[in-house]
Amino acid sequence: MTLQQQNISDNNFESCIKCTICTVYCPVTAVNPDYPGPKQAGPDGERYRLKKPLYYDEALKYCLNCKRCEVACPNDVRIGDIIQSARIKYGRHRPSLRDSILADTDTVGTMASAFAPIVNFTLRLKPVKLLMDTFLGVDDHRTFPKYSSVKFETWYNKHAAAEQEKFPKKVAYFHGCYVNYNYPKLGMDFIKVFNAIGIGVSLLDKEKCCGVAKIANRCIKDATRDAEINLKAIREAVGNGMDVLLTSSTCCFTIRDEYPHVLKLENEDVRDHVSLATRALYRLVDEGKVKLVFRKDFRKRIAYHVPCHMEKLGWSIYSTTLLKMIPGLDFVRLDPHCCGIAGTYGFKKEYYNYSQAIGEPLFRQILDSNLDSVATDCETCKWQIEMSTGLPVENPISIIADALDVEATRKANNVED
Amino acid sequence: MRFDTIVIGGGLSGLVSAIECARAGQKTAVVSAGQSALHFWSGSFELLGNIDGRPVIDNPLGRLGELSEDHPYRKIGEEKLRELLGKVPGIISDAGLKCTGSLDRNHLRLTPLGFLKPAWLTLGDYVSFAADQPLPWKKVALVNIYSYLDFYPRFLEYGLKKRGVECTISNVNIPQLDTLRKSTTEMRATNMSRILTDSAVDALAAEVDKAAKGADAVIMPAILGIYSDAPVERLRNRVSVPVWFVPTTPASVPGVRCQLSLRDLFIRLGGEFLPGDTVKGGYFEKNRLRRIHTVNLGEMPLEADNFIISTGSFFGHGLIADMERIYEPVFGLDLNVTGGRTEWYRKDFYASQPYMSYGVVTDSCFRPSRKGETVENLYATGALLAGFNALKEGSGAGITLATALHAASSLT
Ligand SMILES: Cc1cc2nc3c(=O)[nH]c(=O)nc-3n(C[C@H](O)[C@H](O)[C@H](O)COP(=O)(O)OP(=O)(O)OC[C@H]3O[C@@H](n4cnc5c(N)ncnc54)[C@H](O)[C@@H]3O)c2cc1C
Ligand code: SF4
Ligand code: SF4
Repeated sequence: MTLQQQNISDNNFESCIKCTICTVYCPVTAVNPDYPGPKQAGPDGERYRLKKPLYYDEALKYCLNCKRCEVACPNDVRIGDIIQSARIKYGRHRPSLRDSILADTDTVGTMASAFAPIVNFTLRLKPVKLLMDTFLGVDDHRTFPKYSSVKFETWYNKHAAAEQEKFPKKVAYFHGCYVNYNYPKLGMDFIKVFNAIGIGVSLLDKEKCCGVAKIANRCIKDATRDAEINLKAIREAVGNGMDVLLTSSTCCFTIRDEYPHVLKLENEDVRDHVSLATRALYRLVDEGKVKLVFRKDFRKRIAYHVPCHMEKLGWSIYSTTLLKMIPGLDFVRLDPHCCGIAGTYGFKKEYYNYSQAIGEPLFRQILDSNLDSVATDCETCKWQIEMSTGLPVENPISIIADALDVEATRKANNVED
Repeated sequence: MRFDTIVIGGGLSGLVSAIECARAGQKTAVVSAGQSALHFWSGSFELLGNIDGRPVIDNPLGRLGELSEDHPYRKIGEEKLRELLGKVPGIISDAGLKCTGSLDRNHLRLTPLGFLKPAWLTLGDYVSFAADQPLPWKKVALVNIYSYLDFYPRFLEYGLKKRGVECTISNVNIPQLDTLRKSTTEMRATNMSRILTDSAVDALAAEVDKAAKGADAVIMPAILGIYSDAPVERLRNRVSVPVWFVPTTPASVPGVRCQLSLRDLFIRLGGEFLPGDTVKGGYFEKNRLRRIHTVNLGEMPLEADNFIISTGSFFGHGLIADMERIYEPVFGLDLNVTGGRTEWYRKDFYASQPYMSYGVVTDSCFRPSRKGETVENLYATGALLAGFNALKEGSGAGITLATALHAASSLT
């Protein structure tokens, strides 16, 4: 080890050359003057905080954890990680009731699913929204994602599990809270596509929320407990020869990168086996192991939005390349731009306006592009874009499932009945 | 994933060669770790501004004989340089930027420290003068933004006064910028430029116009127009005398604009831009590079018929210096570095520093070598190359662009 290397901390803030390039690309700096910006909140502030925790600035809460600063930094400084770690280490306020509720997607989801029709109805009522706005600080402009009355896991165990047994090759699916509680259809689409190419889908032995919402709301003990349960289940699946695939870029990013960087949980042994569904599917097609046959009558004009965590993962090229393979799909590219929601951030009353201002240029471009729908790999981007543009937003896997000629694809891949 | 051409590095050099490949119909990708030296750009491209410490004005391309033999310009030759560099204004304009200048004669640009330096192309809104002529103004209003610290009107005044121009200095303010002052570190050119659109520009223009009373022109810091020309035009239309800009301390507004405009042009031409990803290495077969590996794409490599490496110099991490050695980190390409650490630099800070001319050595087509063997389908371009001192010669962008266009012309 050289002298320089010995003097580099975990989050390498010493590599910062103070160029302020990160600040140019921070979506929050552009709209919120109270936010000190990534350079100041990250590497600059860290020097002070190491001297005295007193220098911690509560305004760090405005960070979306979108990591666009990291994508831009010429020196590979892990700015977003520095900020999140500082919030966890030095944040003085305990998470509020509202934050804990927003963060605890599993408990809330389980309860809400049980009473889905009532919950969906009441969450849309003006008085309920106003009450939540006043007492909880959940902005009353926000449209809540609907809860499903049947959880994905329940549906899977009843209707899909048995059928998966007959596939010799299998992957494990980490469905995430959104598929489980709000939108089982995406999980069903995932199974439809993978079954059509002859691959069975099993679920993890035990799946908890990936923890992204808990990390953002600083419920770190709970996030770590869930992450440990997930890692154990992932190790087991990988040990059984399965890769673990996800349809959410955020859950995927959290498990691969936030577990080691923010929660300090080692995942090196399984990290390469945790991947996004579109990336895995693209790879099979690219290596000639699988053929996709699409319906002749599919006609849609669809734009792809790159979620921030997808930009950080660097994998949008897989989703867009797959979409472009669909013959009837008129593909539109959107400028790289944060949609502003950042998970639970945009639900909070104090951030709602920033959230919408950040996404404004994206919404305008979508509305000006004469689209049938928008594709994206992140569920919270989906809520935000649907609410703000009125256009339907789908995961690329759902679009592929819709465009796929299942019978022809099964035949092309010699899938037996 | 397969491409015709993959470019490693998305700075000025990488983007321009990628644009030319994409325009020729090639399936092209750019992989770029982090942002580039363009974010420090002055608004002027330099071609050849100095030889042996003396400024070059007339016919810079006729002076190549005075450069060292292994200089990139001499590998290309005058005629081909004219042809290649002649394309640059067109590319800049396709990207949506306007610039002025000619290959036959350098003009002078006004630096933030008040010096006049030879340049080849300068963005239309930035201060530049024809060389050897009196400056076109008698009196200039130097207008800064109240409490903005990255712009030094006294230096400009000093430089302009020496050339017979009288200056007034004033600070203006508009309430729209007050929000930035909440956090002292955020009063930056790029941050102001994100606020200065539409009605904020009108408010600023009114203040600037007041400050311009009695002057022939206004000179301001480059704080407008990060995403488009519209705010600059709007301001100019509302101020009664011509308004010109001088670059500021980084990050540079014209630099970000240029970076994003070139990237967008490349994407419009059908290119794939992979931001924030680092190429770790490649697989070679019989002196040909077959595929490369990146941090983000992991076990899924990128394949191409041809590759261009434009990873910059030390600043871009195209070259790495540690205590013992200087090396090219992606492929271990051969360099022109001689001797140990003490020979890399001179103690006199202002002397011509040997490390400034370190870089990748190539054949006459800019193909680099590994352990003495030329890689047949790899081209090295831009600041990564050996054999010139961009700072002393005032030749950075010229070499960057000429070698990028040379590589692209070999491939298309
Ligand atoms: C601070 C500064 C200011 C300058 N200002 C001017 C000016 O005003 N006018 C002028 O004429 N010249 C200027 N120059 C000269 C400059 O060298 C060139 O103009 C030019 O910008 C260099 O471009 P480049 O593309 O070769 O390198 P760079 O701009 O350095 O770009 C290299 C790119 O490659 C990426 N990269 C590096 N390694 C990898 C990897 N392993 N994988 C993927 N990507 C990688 C980097 O992240 C970076 O984006 C300046 C130089 C510097 C350093
Ligand atoms: S971009 Fe990176 S090096 Fe530049 S100021 Fe930000 S953290 Fe520092
Ligand atoms: S993670 Fe996003 S919001 Fe936070 S500092 Fe970086 S760019 Fe800004």
